[in-house]
Amino acid sequence: MTSPGVGISAPGLLFAVLGAAALCVPFMTLAANRIVAGEGVMAWGVASLPVVLPGLAAIAAGLIMGLPAGRNSLRIAGAALGVGGLLWLLTQGASGLLAEAGDYARVSPSVSFWCLLVVFMLLMADALAAMAPGPLMRGGVLAAVLAVLGAILWSGVLSDLSVMREFASRADAFGREFLRHLGLAFGSLAAAAVIGFPLGVLCHRLASLRGATLPVLSFLQTIPSLAMFGLMIPILGWVGANLPGARALGIAGIGFAPAFLALVLYSLLPVVGNTVAGLASAPPAALEAARGMGMTPLQRLLRVEFPLGLPIILTGLRIVLVQNIGLAVIAGLIGGGGFGTFVFQGLNQTATDLILLGALPTVVLALTAAIVMDILVELTRKTPKDSA
Amino acid sequence: MIEIDRITKTYGDIRAVDSVSMTVETGTITVIVGTSGSGKTTLLRMINRLEEPTSGEVRINGDSTLSVKPHILRRRIGYAIQGHGLFPHHTVGRNIGAVPQLLGWPRDKIAARVDELLALFSMDPAQFRDRYPAELSGGQQQRVGVARALASRPDLLLMDEPFGALDPIIRTRAQEDLRHIQQRLGSTIMLVTHDMEEAIRLGDRVAVMDGGHLVQHGTPAEIIAAPATDFVADMVGDVERPLRLLSLIPVAELVEEGTAEGEALSADASLRDALSACLWSGRGAVPVAEDGVPLGRVTLDAIRARAGQHA
Repeated sequence: MTSPGVGISAPGLLFAVLGAAALCVPFMTLAANRIVAGEGVMAWGVASLPVVLPGLAAIAAGLIMGLPAGRNSLRIAGAALGVGGLLWLLTQGASGLLAEAGDYARVSPSVSFWCLLVVFMLLMADALAAMAPGPLMRGGVLAAVLAVLGAILWSGVLSDLSVMREFASRADAFGREFLRHLGLAFGSLAAAAVIGFPLGVLCHRLASLRGATLPVLSFLQTIPSLAMFGLMIPILGWVGANLPGARALGIAGIGFAPAFLALVLYSLLPVVGNTVAGLASAPPAALEAARGMGMTPLQRLLRVEFPLGLPIILTGLRIVLVQNIGLAVIAGLIGGGGFGTFVFQGLNQTATDLILLGALPTVVLALTAAIVMDILVELTRKTPKDSA
Repeated sequence: MIEIDRITKTYGDIRAVDSVSMTVETGTITVIVGTSGSGKTTLLRMINRLEEPTSGEVRINGDSTLSVKPHILRRRIGYAIQGHGLFPHHTVGRNIGAVPQLLGWPRDKIAARVDELLALFSMDPAQFRDRYPAELSGGQQQRVGVARALASRPDLLLMDEPFGALDPIIRTRAQEDLRHIQQRLGSTIMLVTHDMEEAIRLGDRVAVMDGGHLVQHGTPAEIIAAPATDFVADMVGDVERPLRLLSLIPVAELVEEGTAEGEALSADASLRDALSACLWSGRGAVPVAEDGVPLGRVTLDAIRARAGQHA
């Protein structure tokens, strides 16, 4: 069934069935304005038949090309063709539907579009995984996908879509919140690393400290994120009000500081826990030999324990980064900024597309960070070349 | 010369090593043999201060090991352990060069030393120096582990069950290799094992430990011929004593004029090999030859008489 060149790929068959089923629900939504719920339009109804036909054909062909087992290049091409078909229907549909509607009308991709997009992404991931690409190739694929995504957004072909209209009216704010989001996610990661690495090393060496520290950090991890952000408000509010100079540093009950602090607290368990686990992963015989040959404790740490534990330590950083990119959205609730700002504005205004303006970039950012960190972990897990 | 002077290690009320004294001559192999819990490993680890002695001291060439910091001391003492303990993320070359690097040798001197040691252990430097430990066989890993312990030309080489993880055939070869290399380099070696066979085969001197005490310290022949306690006799194995004794004596000692049928033994084969050859082929004598030149023969009667002398 899965031998190369013959037979049908089981996931490919599943993708084709799901894809065909997805075509039976609305492809786009047309709404009178940005607030009201819209009306679904089926894929074949978004424009005149001669216009939609190439798009539908590309989607069908893409799903069929995903079927043969073992033909990975063909399956990747199918996924690309399918996504192309989706974009064709989306762009043609957007201009077509808007032309016949009022000034405030909005069009958005709907269930069918998102389902098919996921199906083609999974198809591409499935085919890529079967090719077992090396870390460099995975990096290349990621860069190519991001470049294509960037080019599509830059070209303006999607500018008729509601989410892009939301963007157009907030382009400045978007850039600012993007940087703010990166600052929250990466800044808290850096702070957690600065605190967590030394703490992890100490916990590794001192069993008593380890016994006291890890349960506390585990407890912090169990606090629900909304509660954590909420708890920061009175605490930092008090600090900002009572500690001389704190307010000058921007420390207050709401804003960047409490959000940042909450994220750092969430990050400590993965950083410290994985540092301890990583340092403990060095083979006992190698450590005994290192001691027996006259390495000082610091030399053992830097030359044996740390290099051997690096993949596990980086895995901890990966968990933190992806987690914080997601959690930073909640920061929007307490005025911390970031993409969460759009999400909560959108929720307040019941403007779905404004929510998406915050949510979609967060998803892309988290996925990118996850893949990049995976590549780094794999690079360090391979036996490193002699660098001395 | 290594002098161990009334060294003691206690854990709470337990005396793991109880006032052990012995002297190890430079250029010899001393094998410390005992059962688990006899204190043999603790004794070894007190020499490079991986365990701090509770009392007593060790002197290497007259200098107390307590007069320097432990990590400085350990750089002068080679240390090889069971399961080799190689650094999995470093190449063979970097593993072997680890101690010279700690000692601050220049890079080209380290590289030359690495190649020299690999060649000494019959491993082609060009082929092996850039490999990783995981790419080697168990026997090769063990040799690299010993090469690493010898890299800085240490005053003393400590080995803790170095061959314990090897299968019997490779273990015998590794023991022979160690013997040859020790003779070539003139190293002083202290080796811990629970295997009396290994102790007799390798040791110039054998030290038997039991319950934290040194119960006998002597040549292998002395240990076999005159066990000091029942425990030592048990370790030697009553049934195997004559054979063990014969395994220590080269056939050269009993060669006499004359000829014999069959395949010749070399002069450095043991009397045990000669006895075995006689019994297996039903001969009364076996010929002895050196590099193809006949030296004479060894008779079964002569072997029997020698075994009866109890050294």
